[in-house]
Amino acid sequence: MSTPTMQPQIAPKAKPQVLKEDAMWLQKEMINRNYHELATAHQDGRKVSATFVPGNLNELLMCFNFARSLPETNALQNGMRKKSGKMIMDAERDGHSEDVCTYVKADLGMMLQGQVGPTGEPLPHPDVLLLSYTGCFTFMKWFELIRQKYNCETVMLHVPYQGDGKVSPAMRDYVVKQLKEKVIPTLEKVSGVKFDIDRLRQYMRESVKAEENLVRVLQSAKNRPSPIDGYFGAVYYIGPIFTAFRGMPEATRYYDTLWSEVEQRIREKKGPVTPEGEMAEEKYRLVVEGPPNWTSFRDFWKMFYDEGAVIVASTYAKVGGVYDFGFRHDAERPLESLAEYCLGCYTNLNFPQRIDMICKYLDEYQADGLLINSIKSCNSFSAGQLLMLREVEKRTGKPAAFIESDLVDPRYFSAANIKNRLESYFQMIKQKRVAQAAAGVH
Amino acid sequence: MRCFIGIDLGSTTTKAVVMDEDRKVLGRGITNSRSNYDTAATVAKQEALVSARFELFRQALAKSGALDGKLDEFIGQLERDFRLEQFLIQLTDLEEVCGRNAEGTRFGEHAAGVAQALGELFRRLREDSPALFIPNAKRKSDFFRDIAGAQYLALGEAVAKDAGVRYDLLLNVYDRSIIEVENREYGDAISRNLMAGMGRTFKALPDAAARGDRIRAPIQGVLDTALEETYVVGTGYGRARLPFSKEHVRSEILCHGLGAHVMYPSTATVLDIGGQDTKAIQVDRAGIVESFQMNDRCAAGCGRYLGYIADEMNMGLHELGPLAMKATKTVRINSTCTVFAGAELRDRLALGEKREDIMAGLHRAIILRAMSILARSGGIRNEFTFTGGVAKNEAAVKSLRELIFDNYGEMTINIDPDSIYTGALGGATFAWRAVVEEGKVVEARA
Repeated sequence: MSTPTMQPQIAPKAKPQVLKEDAMWLQKEMINRNYHELATAHQDGRKVSATFVPGNLNELLMCFNFARSLPETNALQNGMRKKSGKMIMDAERDGHSEDVCTYVKADLGMMLQGQVGPTGEPLPHPDVLLLSYTGCFTFMKWFELIRQKYNCETVMLHVPYQGDGKVSPAMRDYVVKQLKEKVIPTLEKVSGVKFDIDRLRQYMRESVKAEENLVRVLQSAKNRPSPIDGYFGAVYYIGPIFTAFRGMPEATRYYDTLWSEVEQRIREKKGPVTPEGEMAEEKYRLVVEGPPNWTSFRDFWKMFYDEGAVIVASTYAKVGGVYDFGFRHDAERPLESLAEYCLGCYTNLNFPQRIDMICKYLDEYQADGLLINSIKSCNSFSAGQLLMLREVEKRTGKPAAFIESDLVDPRYFSAANIKNRLESYFQMIKQKRVAQAAAGVH
Repeated sequence: MRCFIGIDLGSTTTKAVVMDEDRKVLGRGITNSRSNYDTAATVAKQEALVSARFELFRQALAKSGALDGKLDEFIGQLERDFRLEQFLIQLTDLEEVCGRNAEGTRFGEHAAGVAQALGELFRRLREDSPALFIPNAKRKSDFFRDIAGAQYLALGEAVAKDAGVRYDLLLNVYDRSIIEVENREYGDAISRNLMAGMGRTFKALPDAAARGDRIRAPIQGVLDTALEETYVVGTGYGRARLPFSKEHVRSEILCHGLGAHVMYPSTATVLDIGGQDTKAIQVDRAGIVESFQMNDRCAAGCGRYLGYIADEMNMGLHELGPLAMKATKTVRINSTCTVFAGAELRDRLALGEKREDIMAGLHRAIILRAMSILARSGGIRNEFTFTGGVAKNEAAVKSLRELIFDNYGEMTINIDPDSIYTGALGGATFAWRAVVEEGKVVEARA
């Protein structure tokens, strides 16, 4: 029989070593240490809190010695470790619909499997659920389900939505009042620790140091070539500050290390570090809206760096706090600044604010276009995204593209389709450039 | 002469277009993708080059005036005779492979009977072959697998009965053999087949035979001109298989956008419904893609949906549209999930709805899905060009016209009979641009 092209038999290769920056290793250590702390919290006599990334009041929780768990981060860590698929299916077998947020199902599935965390150590039952409600209604239902299961104390901080695109003094005062009258007393009761505002101030001073460096790192992408990837790299960079470390000296150290690494890369005019080494040539600069897919994170990233595409800015890198437009935690006004932090989270912004932010990024980071990764099971993020896309296209004249995947459900990542769209998008940008250059010449 | 070639490796069929230096389309070729993109690309390209030769014959013969008034008749006859020669060669090949596959111990005591039946079956197949290539002959498709397969099945049953051999044994031999034959390339035999075909043509057209030398000379002239594959651009799902560097590969979105622009220069919005993709593309005045949307996560509403429905109804794919055109009303089909649509179809049949009315509903369901993708891409702007396999389906086109009028008002709607080649045409145009405008040279795959 005629065989058109014989494929050479390749011996199975050893798994290639993944390249990471020093800061990435440091961050991995921190995350593992936090999971260990959580695993041993109850035997060490510590109480455990659970809270979400947008509106994470880490400094406040630290004032009560809580070991801090973040269910979203647990889900995404399980997603990256390819564990979430089974968890989601278990949750579905338990009665949760296919359309429910996959973070929620991964979390519930993890509980059904015996509450073993992403690193293999057990995750303790939370003693308190602190819900800062910042634009995601599902968060509330999620904690309701956890409360039902563990019968633990739940405290809700209601954060008004920025429907009019601004934070009024009344909104801020409303949040502060809840902190004083509801949140702090509950945390005192559960932990048995008296609230000390000076301790909070101290943590906040520490937070600011990390925040300053985080902003420097994210804004370093304004350079050409960009020394970082503001999406695939940034999800690592935001790790410590968006989770259990903001306000801790470890976080300050981490961001010092990270910034000095990035600074050096800027000096040496180097591109971002990808899992397969340094990106050679920066061909496309993009802004991305929406969370990444975690279950195929590497494959997804590869589709970009293989084509020389770097993400210079992303809205997702702002979900746990929008710092690049000036907000910093303020030790002089601790409770007010916690309130402003929650009110200013990306998920709490209205459409015009999100559109403005994206247009600003496209301009300031000299990006070629906008890419939206729309998440099937996250309506808080996805609703209205196409309208945002049209508006951004109209205002900036830059091409935009739309792909769809999911957070941690491996069934909703169709690599062939996404690759196809991305390649089309890159070629579309290239063609436009050629056309523009030709128009400029003639 | 320099030729610029675009190849569109689709999920169902692979198409190729050959373009000359003046950006005129010389030839088109199509073949089934047969889950072997290497062969599909080669075969489609060969087919396109053959069709380019015929176009060049036509031009040369027209210039020579050797056939005044009878040019179309002659070229048509020659092409059919050439196809018949090709078919007979493949048939001989199939017989040989079948014979080999029937040998050995597989059929035990039936082996001799099977071998004998095969001999008889292929004798009859050869005998019936010329009838398949007479003018206006009805064929299921132009692919060898389809034509030979249909004949084999049709004649095989009677042969098996006469020979006292089990029919399924003959089917088994065919199934084992067809893929091997189908994946064979016959590039070298083209000139030989043409000459043999011309012998048949002269027999069929004695008038032309009388002017044999005046006809042969220009044809020989064309055959002596090498069709140089100056630059090839590939697109479609199998594009990564092409033996060229990334420079030679374009996404099908870009190729469809440009292809539609080449066919209809005022195109602003393109809809392409293919086997597994529905693409809505907005292009600027130069044919450059401005934005696009495709179906994600689910291929309901694409060409395969109709294929599935055709199977459910035990009909041929090309029969669905004509049946739906007989509808007196449109039954509402809510489901855009292919499998659910099948369930809905049976449910409607059970409720006594007419087949044609249900078909009309199914076609409308597909187009509704396409309308949603179009809306997401930025809506429909004038002019609107509809491409892809589904654009050949009159019922789908009817629904589309109605829905466009209802939602966007009066629009110019372009549908080219060769719209299945849109992607390949875009690819060929990119190939032409790469060489003529950008001065590029061929780069091999790294």
